[in-house]
Amino acid sequence: MSASHGQKGSPVNASSKEPLLIVEGLRVAYGGIQAVRGITFHIDAGETVALIGANGAGKTSTLRALSRMLDAAGGSVRYLGKDISRLPPHRLVREGIALVPEGRGVFPRLTIAENLAMGAFTRDDKPKIARDIEHVFGLFPRLKEREKQLAGTLSGGEQQMLAIGRALMSRPKLLLLDEPSMGLAPIMVQKIFEVIRTVAAEGMTILLIEQNAKLALETSRRGYVLESGEITLTDEAEKLLHNPKVREAYLGE
Amino acid sequence: MSKWLNLRSGLGLALVAAVLIALPFVAGMGGQAWVRILNFAILYAFLALGLNIVVGFAGLLDLGYIAFYAVGAYTWALLASPHFGIHLPFWAILPIGAVLACVAGATLGAPTLKLRGDYLAIVTLGFGEIVRIFMNNLNAPINITNGAQGITMIDPVVVGQFKFSATSTIFGMTVTGPQKYYFLLVLLALFVILVNFRLQHSRIGRAWQAIREDEIAAKAIGINTRNVKLLAFAMGASFGGIAGGIFAAMQGFVSPESFSLIESIMILAMVVLGGMGHIPGVILGAVLLTVLPEALRYAVVPAQKALFGEVLADPESLRMLIFGLALILVMRFRPAGLWPSPERRRELAEKAR
Repeated sequence: MSASHGQKGSPVNASSKEPLLIVEGLRVAYGGIQAVRGITFHIDAGETVALIGANGAGKTSTLRALSRMLDAAGGSVRYLGKDISRLPPHRLVREGIALVPEGRGVFPRLTIAENLAMGAFTRDDKPKIARDIEHVFGLFPRLKEREKQLAGTLSGGEQQMLAIGRALMSRPKLLLLDEPSMGLAPIMVQKIFEVIRTVAAEGMTILLIEQNAKLALETSRRGYVLESGEITLTDEAEKLLHNPKVREAYLGE
Repeated sequence: MSKWLNLRSGLGLALVAAVLIALPFVAGMGGQAWVRILNFAILYAFLALGLNIVVGFAGLLDLGYIAFYAVGAYTWALLASPHFGIHLPFWAILPIGAVLACVAGATLGAPTLKLRGDYLAIVTLGFGEIVRIFMNNLNAPINITNGAQGITMIDPVVVGQFKFSATSTIFGMTVTGPQKYYFLLVLLALFVILVNFRLQHSRIGRAWQAIREDEIAAKAIGINTRNVKLLAFAMGASFGGIAGGIFAAMQGFVSPESFSLIESIMILAMVVLGGMGHIPGVILGAVLLTVLPEALRYAVVPAQKALFGEVLADPESLRMLIFGLALILVMRFRPAGLWPSPERRRELAEKAR
């Protein structure tokens, strides 16, 4: 989880310019209803990419398919040059993809420290795990103060911090964030996004799924706009922020 | 300090051992019936610890656990009785019973992987009944289980020339059959306790804990939830299978009646009442729920005679009434169980704050 982790020594960066993740023609359907209608996007190593859209646009379905919580109806997902669209979900962590689920999903009856230790389930290098827990506490001093508290008794914002911290504990190369701002007080949302920026600055590759388009775009390098299951716009985040269509539809202007 | 602690825990261990050794002889003074009750307490503790793996550790509500006990019992009954004329030794039957129960556990686990809570409870309940009804009806066209009459004259545990069913004299002491089984059961119970402790603090134990808390999050941190859940079912079931084998040998008789739904519920009650997921609590729950109803059986009639001069209420129904009331009271005042795990205590304390 040091600044260089996932950057130096990773074969992608060393030899080729192929993106870390390439999604092509991804389709997700529930029964006969298509939630995602063949979307194509990519994420380069080290960048933060936002996937924005209204409620029901297919953001979470996209992420569920990527994280293999549900089966895609079609399309391919290539990660580090390898097709991962048929891998079982638990294998993704070992490949270096960590998901922060929607609604946080912390282990409520475990303490903060125990939750973080669980995040390192796939690892067995104890001294490094201990160091990484300290690193997470450095990112979220608030968690450190409540180290021995049960996760279920934390506020929504603190649980979100914990969920992100726990995902970092697997030392991922790619972090998938599902609606990190959902249901949080504005001040807490600011805090969470500050941390996301810090993690990104350390070199982490991040896919950010968000309803809060402004914050998401301000935090990302590039963005994709999802509408009724299709990508209708894509650009650098900065340009999307100034795009009249985006401003009208998602920024409330 | 640590030396002193070692001394203290050493003494404690010696004391527990002394009590465990003396217990069947003390109970024997009140008649062999009490030794048998003691044996059943240990057998149920064994079963409750097996179910604790599924319910307490992995958080999967299983209402058909008795089916695995039945599989173990019938395995012993069929492989060591005149019914088929097969008389295999115990060291062959117990593993076979454990493996068959394990297969039955995986059979139940596989189709129910996506179910949780109430839905899982209903399917497991159905499974338990299916197994019982099978035992009841597998007497035609080919007589396998002898139906509702059950199987009689089942071989006891025999090690070499040493028969567990008969009274013999060891070092000048008279040891009865039930007393011998007692020691066998204590040994088996120690084994299952050890396995439970090791499991709880292993990687698998942590994976179960994660699944119990939040299954999606468990997947997200890289746990193969399918395998880990199947493992919980299979391991819990194999302990049920071993217990069933000993039960058949001890009783010398099995019939489908012994494996009814109420038995599954009783074992679950032991786990919940004692303290789900907490090994000492589960043992306490099992011992209490086995011994107390029996003790009540002996107390109800004399108590009525002393109070009213005659027997007003049927002892059996009164016993169940008191028993039910006790369960309600415990759940009202100690919702986490009589001896809950530190985590559960912690959780309740935080909620109360």
